[in-house]
Amino acid sequence: MYVAKVIGNVWATKKYEALHGSKMLIIQPLNGNYEHVGEPIVAIDTAGAGAGEYVLYISASEAVIPLPVDFAPVDASIVGVIDSIYHD
Amino acid sequence: MILGKVIGSVWSTKKDESLVGSKFLIVRQLDLEFKELGSFTIAVDSVGAGDGEIVLIATGSSARQTTITKNKPVDAVVMAIVDKLDIHKRPEAAGAKN
Repeated sequence: MYVAKVIGNVWATKKYEALHGSKMLIIQPLNGNYEHVGEPIVAIDTAGAGAGEYVLYISASEAVIPLPVDFAPVDASIVGVIDSIYHD
Repeated sequence: MILGKVIGSVWSTKKDESLVGSKFLIVRQLDLEFKELGSFTIAVDSVGAGDGEIVLIATGSSARQTTITKNKPVDAVVMAIVDKLDIHKRPEAAGAKN
């Protein structure tokens, strides 16, 4: 599970049929100090995250689990919106 | 998923027999300004993407979660053709600074 910030969204009418109706957000992976880590990626959102919000996302084939379908080519999906991060 | 651009295709007659009929696209990764990044990958097409189109690819084992790539040796699949990107330019959200 990783931390990221929502920085945009993707419109794609032509996509794998099981993904119709799913929201695709552009997220910038971050470390615990909100610093950018690597390139932005696209994740399916099922947690209702909005622009500029900090989120938790999961990657690999587990990413399809939050979706209403159980078989779709998804390697990143948002599973939570972060209220705050505390670490020493 | 990763943002990319289809820059070509690969033809291969001698390949794993389960891949017969799959279309292999060369996808160059892009940044959000559509500038081509160094890396590219060969992805199986699952949505009819054409040359020059901006696409999304899913990689890793998720790439096998389509009817076309199920149980096949595939680790990248083109699963969307991008119409538009909206990049949020609003100021920093109140967010969760601790």
